[in-house]
This record gives sequence, structure tokens and C-alpha cells, in this order.
Amino acid sequence: MLAFIIRRLAQSVLVMLVVALIAFAVFRYVGDPIASMVGVDTRLADQEIMRERLGLNDPVVVQFLRFIGNALQGEFGISYRLQQPVTELILSRLPATIELAFASAMIALIFGVGLGVFTALKPRSPASALVMALSLIGVSLPTFLIGIGLIYIFSVELGWLPSFGRGQVVDLGWWRTGLLTESGLKSLILPAITLSLFQLTLIMRLVRSEMLEVLRTEYIRFARARGLSQRAINFGHALKNTLVPVITITGLQLGSVIAFAIVTETVFQWPGVGSLFINSVQVVDVPVMAAYLMFIALVFVVINLIVDILYYVVDPRLRVGG
Amino acid sequence: MTDITPRAAPGRTRARLLRRALASDIFYSWRRSPVTVIASVVALALILMAVLAPWIAPYDPFNPASLNLMEGFTPPASESAFTGNYFLMGTDNQGRDVLSTIMYGSRISLFVGFSATVLSILIGVSLGLAAGYNGGAVDSTIMRVADVQLSFPAILIALLIFGVARGVIPPNRQESMAVWVLILAIGLANWAQFARTVRGATMVERQKDYVSAAKIMGVHPALILLRHILPNVTGPVLVIGTIGLALAIIEEATLSYLGVGVPPTQPSLGTLIRIGQQFLFSGEWWILFFPGVTLVLLALSVNLLGDWLRDALNPKLR
Amino acid sequence: MADPILSVRDLTVEFPTRHGILTALSGVSFDIMPGEVLGVVGESGAGKSMTGSAVIGLIDRPGRIAKGEIHLQGERIDNLPEERMRGVRGKRIGMIFQDPLTSLNPLYRISEQIVETIRTHLPLSKEAARAKAVGLLDRVGIPDAARRIDDYPHQFSGGMRQRVVIALALCAEPDLVIADEPTTALDVSVQAQIIDVMKELCAETGAAIMLITHDMGVIAETADRVAVMYAGRIAEIGPVRAVIKDAKHPYSAGLMGAIPRMSADLERLVQIPGAMPRLSAIPPGCPFNPRCPHVFDRCLTHRPAASEIEPGRRVACWLYPGVQEA
Repeated sequence: MLAFIIRRLAQSVLVMLVVALIAFAVFRYVGDPIASMVGVDTRLADQEIMRERLGLNDPVVVQFLRFIGNALQGEFGISYRLQQPVTELILSRLPATIELAFASAMIALIFGVGLGVFTALKPRSPASALVMALSLIGVSLPTFLIGIGLIYIFSVELGWLPSFGRGQVVDLGWWRTGLLTESGLKSLILPAITLSLFQLTLIMRLVRSEMLEVLRTEYIRFARARGLSQRAINFGHALKNTLVPVITITGLQLGSVIAFAIVTETVFQWPGVGSLFINSVQVVDVPVMAAYLMFIALVFVVINLIVDILYYVVDPRLRVGG
Repeated sequence: MTDITPRAAPGRTRARLLRRALASDIFYSWRRSPVTVIASVVALALILMAVLAPWIAPYDPFNPASLNLMEGFTPPASESAFTGNYFLMGTDNQGRDVLSTIMYGSRISLFVGFSATVLSILIGVSLGLAAGYNGGAVDSTIMRVADVQLSFPAILIALLIFGVARGVIPPNRQESMAVWVLILAIGLANWAQFARTVRGATMVERQKDYVSAAKIMGVHPALILLRHILPNVTGPVLVIGTIGLALAIIEEATLSYLGVGVPPTQPSLGTLIRIGQQFLFSGEWWILFFPGVTLVLLALSVNLLGDWLRDALNPKLR
Repeated sequence: MADPILSVRDLTVEFPTRHGILTALSGVSFDIMPGEVLGVVGESGAGKSMTGSAVIGLIDRPGRIAKGEIHLQGERIDNLPEERMRGVRGKRIGMIFQDPLTSLNPLYRISEQIVETIRTHLPLSKEAARAKAVGLLDRVGIPDAARRIDDYPHQFSGGMRQRVVIALALCAEPDLVIADEPTTALDVSVQAQIIDVMKELCAETGAAIMLITHDMGVIAETADRVAVMYAGRIAEIGPVRAVIKDAKHPYSAGLMGAIPRMSADLERLVQIPGAMPRLSAIPPGCPFNPRCPHVFDRCLTHRPAASEIEPGRRVACWLYPGVQEA
């Protein structure tokens, strides 16, 4: 177990280093950092002094190491656009994105697994056919159109839910949450549904096909031949075996949810990390882009690690010798 | 010559028979599925509409001379109160005919989608062949990169490539190169899936006796890949390519919707939706609605075709 | 004479497909007496496993019993509602599958799987069920059962796993055990042990066995009677000794020729030419006619039914007088 975790950790560090290299390349070579910082009016001599002071004339390896050193301390420079430290910017926007991502992951997981199991157990029912057809349409619908559609129905036509923003937030000191006020919760509903739909269909289709596969296995047949109840077979034996691959995919999807939040946050003007990133891409605010890249990579790596460990816990076959 | 002809002839008939059998089988499964038939018709109609836009569009929405601001916000299926011109799908705020902008918009969406998919296929298939055929370090490097990339959503990667390109290209050329940047970004974001599939098929094929035989006879590896292995991966590549086209169209629309895609002077479907969203609250629903429906129809029909193709080419699923 | 524990009459199983209805089993009839071992033998696809599945009510969709009846201790069970059939499976009929590697759920401990099964059928507490499970594992020959019961399936070897499967099939003390190729997937060296364990346990509880196998050798050593199946039909059924010594049906004669013998008279191994027809292409008349060395006119047009030609022996072959048409 320990060796397994250490090996995984080493791999994660490697991935992070590669991503850091890309982020560094973006940071260093896209545009001219000096020109972006001080504008074009500054005298060339002054620019050269700044260049020297910022270490931009050092060998690339030294610069890269410095970049990593700074990144480890959570230091990514100053946003060109907002003139604030990038880390501060990201941290202030993070709670909004995490609350959104978490809410939609819950929706996707609960409904995805539920509908997947249902369609697998009742493959011939018309309801299953309907769910499957809807899921194909769901995959073909761009996220932003779903968001706009929901806004049109629930905000414009019905006027039930707000169409943008986070509503009222409560400042807990280190975390500004929208989960404690009514307007905050109401504001969360539409974006969370929008963000969840794609993952929901994915999880549902995965659970369905895995479950159908498992239901055909010998051990399910044997369980049936032993007279176990339908309930014990479907939800005890079949579901547990189905969940092994589902855990992996769902876990990995959680990372995608945070990245996909870019689109949803734009549609609903949700003040999260994603909309920060999109605004930065539009004006080539390189430090924010580089930091966001590192941040997303970190999220992915951490989730990957957790998924691997979970996998280990669920499947006893991996525990011995694996 | 004489001793070659009799050997070549049965080979050719066999190839022809095989092709005919395959075609009729696929045709059969196509005809049997009404959903697929409808999807093909819709996709074909939309593609034709896009290709023929300059000739069949009722108005030229991008010619400033023909635009009349007075005609702005004309509702669908009605005539402008000022000029009497008829607009099937209404006009937008600048008086552009929505139907015509959709036709031209689909043109850009499809062009970007197709080009990006072709780019993904070129990159993915070459890298997949290289990885599968060579194995070893080449293989593990390519596949590790593909793995890492596949674990991030394509849209994020496309955004990043887009951002980088924007920083690298001089500002005065950015607008003219936007479409190409978009194709590059989407194409580079989607290659990994192709590489993974082609690699798997190549590794299977590489083990077969006829490849070993060709190797022993000193046939150049490039020729082996081209002649023997490539034909074996066309099926899966076609399937992923079709579904990839739908994805690329959606990605293009998303990027344009986010305001980082094509410039507003050359609106794609995504840009039109971005524009239309501004008028959602004031009641001019058609500016958003028709481009949105077109996008959904396009993505859905291509997706359905891809789904059907996968089932039709995979006899195990039948 | 005692009443049979299992009585199958004119069992016919059909599969509707795109190309019409396939008949997987046709007019299959046989009895199993209490404590008896009936061997069911035939090539793959002959309908042996299908017969077992039909008896326990687990025919895969879209197959269905089209005709015939199955009685267990006098009670008709082929048309029982699913909920009541569940009470039959495991409790009154136990089933052992071919591959012990895939018969056990890899994510549950052995203890969990046995205790769950025992408590489904018997009113025992968890502790009592567990004690019973340990005793059972001990009896099927798992060393250190009390400790190993909490292991996962992958921690056992193939032979040990099949012992676990036998324990699972017998844990509610059924009156009939259907063993579907119980040793096929196992190493030759452990096959005999597994058969012995199964036979011993069933003898203790008085359970009858329906032993499905393609291995005539196993049948010769284990079974009391044997049913030879061909193309979804019973070709011949009778006491094992008699059928081996004097097979009536040309097909069973061919099969018996395939048993390797230790005795000195080096009878040539008889090969049956050709292959069993697919279900969609069974010829008219006797299904065996394309391969039969004794084929004559009647075989090509009329289909024989398995009919009694001596007390306790039924054969479906026109070579014998008194055989009726199916």
C-alpha cells in the first residue's frame, strides 16, 4: 500500500513538473512580460534594468527553477489586467467555483448512478428508452445552450430563479459562501444543473453499460441460482462491482467539472476561477493563465491520487501483490 | 505479364465483392434505422445550406451597403415596417437577416469543425501509427502525453492554445488569422483519442504474420504502415472522426460563445448565439433561438450518424 | 418404487431470433430418483446446460419454455412465479457452475457470500450461519476453514474455489444438485478430488445429482444412470454400466468408443465423422442422420422419439423395434 502510494506520488510530481514547464513557457515566452507590465512608453534603458532585476536575463534553467520555487510558495506574479497578486485573485474566486463544482458533481453522481441503474435493470421499459434518447441529445447539446435555455425558462419566462451572479454571500473570514443564504442557494440551482448535465449523462451511460456487463457475469448467475433476492443481487452484488470503474471515471470527471465551469461561469456570470481565466485569455493576462494551468493540474493530480487510493480500498484483488 | 494477370484478377474481384457486400450491409443497417435516415437528411441539408450560402442566402448579411438599421429587430415571418422586406427568421439589432447569418455562420462552424477534425486525424493517426509500430520509448512517450491530455477537457486545452496564439501573433494580424488559430486550437485539443485507437489497432496488426513476412522481405516500414496497417484502422478512425466532428463543432461554438473564437465580423453559430443572448431579456428571442436550434440540429445529427456508424461497423454489437 | 425427486416431461425450449424460432431443447423427458446421480453427456451445444438452466428456471432471455413440464417432488415448478422460484433455487435445487474463477463475486469475502446464502434460506442468526459456513468449508476440504473463510475469492486456487462453490451450492441442504461441468475448468489433478467431495457431501445429505459433462470418463466413474444428448434431444438414456457396455444409439456407441480404457483389448477409438448441426440447420428426420453409419431411408424422413426398448432404457433410433415417432 505504502509503496503503491509513493509510486503514484512520484508520477504525480512528474506530471506537475511537465505542466509547470508548459506554464513556465507560456509565462516567459508569450508576449513580453516587461512590455505588459509597464507599457510601451517606458524607456528602453529602464526596461533593461527591470529585465535584469526580474532575472529575465538569467539562464532559462535558473528561471525555470525560480518559477517552480515561486510556484511552490504560491507565488505567480501580478495580474497584468487587474494589477493584483495572481494567487490572491485565484483564492478569492475559488470558493465560488468549488461550491458550484461540488453541487453539480453531487447532482451528476446521484442522478447519473440512479438513472444508470434504472436503465440497466429495466432495459426494455419505455422510460429507459426515453432516458437513453434524452441522454444522447444531452451529449449533443453544448453546455452554454443548456444554460441559456434554463435561463430563458426559469428566469425570463417563469421568473423563479436568478439568471446571474451568486446572490448574497456570507463571509466566513477565509471563505465566502453562498450556501447560507436563500438567494445564494437559489442562484446556485441553475448553474449547478447546467454544469452537471454533461457529467450526468456520461456517468449514466457508464453505469448502465457496466451494470449490463456485470449482470451477465457468472457470479451474478450463480447468485441467482442460489436463490438470493433480486434486491440483494442488483444492489448488493451487481452495483458494488459496477461501482469500481465508475469511481475512477467519476473521480476524473470531478476535475473536468472544475474546468468545464469556465463555460457555465461565463453563461451565469458566476464570479469563479473559470470566468477569471476566460477574461485573462481574452486580454492575454499571462500570469493568470499560467497560474490557472498549474491550479487545474494540481486539482487533477490530487483527484487522481484519491481515486487510485479509493480503487485500492474497494477492490480487494489489488491489495495483494498489486 | 501473362503470369500476373490471372493472379491479379481474382484479387480484384474479391476486393470488389467485399466492397459490395460491405456497402450493402451498411446500407441495410442504415435503411433499417429511421433515426439514422432522418439524421443523414438533416445533416446533409445543413451542410448543403452552408456550402451554398453565398448563392442561396436571401440577403448578404455582411455587406454593410445592404444593411439597413431601420430593419433591425424585425420579428420572424414578417415584413419590415419600414422597407417591406420579408424576413423568415426575423432580423437582429443591426437589421441583418437571421436566416442568412445562420447560413453563413454554419459555413464557418462547419469549415472550422471539418478542418480541425482533419488536423486531429492527421496528427493522431501519424502519432498512433508511430507509437504502435515502434513500441518502446516512442510509444510510452506519445501515449503518456496523450493520457495526460485526455484527462483534461478539450475545451481547456483549446482555450490555452488559443491564449498562447493570441500572445504570439502580432495584434494587427490577429483578426485575419483567428479562424486558423481556432482550427489549430481545436485540432490540437482532440488528437489524443485518434492516437489511442490507432495505436491499439496497429499493435494488434503488427503481431500478424503478414506484417512479419513483409518485414523479413525488407519492405520499408513506411510502406508496411501505409499499405497494410492503415486500411485496418480506417473504420474506427471514421467513427471517432464523425463523433469528433460533432465535438469540434460544439467546441468551436463554445469558444466563439466565450468570445475567444472567430471575430464578430465573421460570426459563426456560437458568435450568433453570444450576440442573441443580449436580447433574451428584451423579448427578441429569435435572434438567439434560430442559431441555437441550428447548432443543436447540426451537432445532434452528426452525433447520431457517428453512433450509427459505430454500431454498423462493429459486427459484435449487432 | 419411490417417487422421483425430479421429473421432466417433454421439455421444449425455444429462442425467437431475427431468423425465426430456434428450438434449443425438444421433447426432453427424464426422471431423477432421490440420491441418484444422473449423468448428462453430449457435445457442446447438445443442450446439456440448457436442460440444467431450464430446471432451475434460469434460461437467458429471450429463450422460453415452450412446452413440457418440470416437477420437483411432485410440485410443478416450470411455471412458478419468480418470487416462489427463488425459494426453490438454492434451497431445494443447488447449482454448481463450470468456472470457479468467475462463479464467485470477487469483491466479497467468502464468509459474506456463504452467510448471505444461508440466511436467505434458513432462519439462522449471523453467528449461527457463520458457524455452519465454517463447518461446511471444513467438510468440502478447505484446510484451516475458520481462518480462511474471511479471505477473498482471488486468494484461493481454482480447485479450492470450486470447493467453495460446492459449499455454497449445498449450504441450504438442497434435495437436488445440478453440477454443470464442475471440473472442466480445473486442473486434471484436482478433478477427481472435486467429484469425490461433491459425491460424498451429497451422499451424506441424500441429495440427488444431475451431473452435466462432456467427459464420459467422469460419468462412467460417478453416475448411476446416463442420458446422452444430441442436438437438443435425448438420444439414449439408461443405466451407466449397460450404456457403456452395450450402447444402443449409434451416437452413444461412438461416444463410448471415445472412453480411453485401461483394459488390454485395444479396441480402436471410434471417431464420429462430421459435426453436430447448428440449431438453425437440424436436418429433417433423425438429427443424427448425416453422421450415422447405419442410416437408412426412414431416418431421413421420420424423427424418432426416445422410446423404451428394454426396462429402464430409452433410445431414439429407428434401428430398434418399438421406437415411436416424435
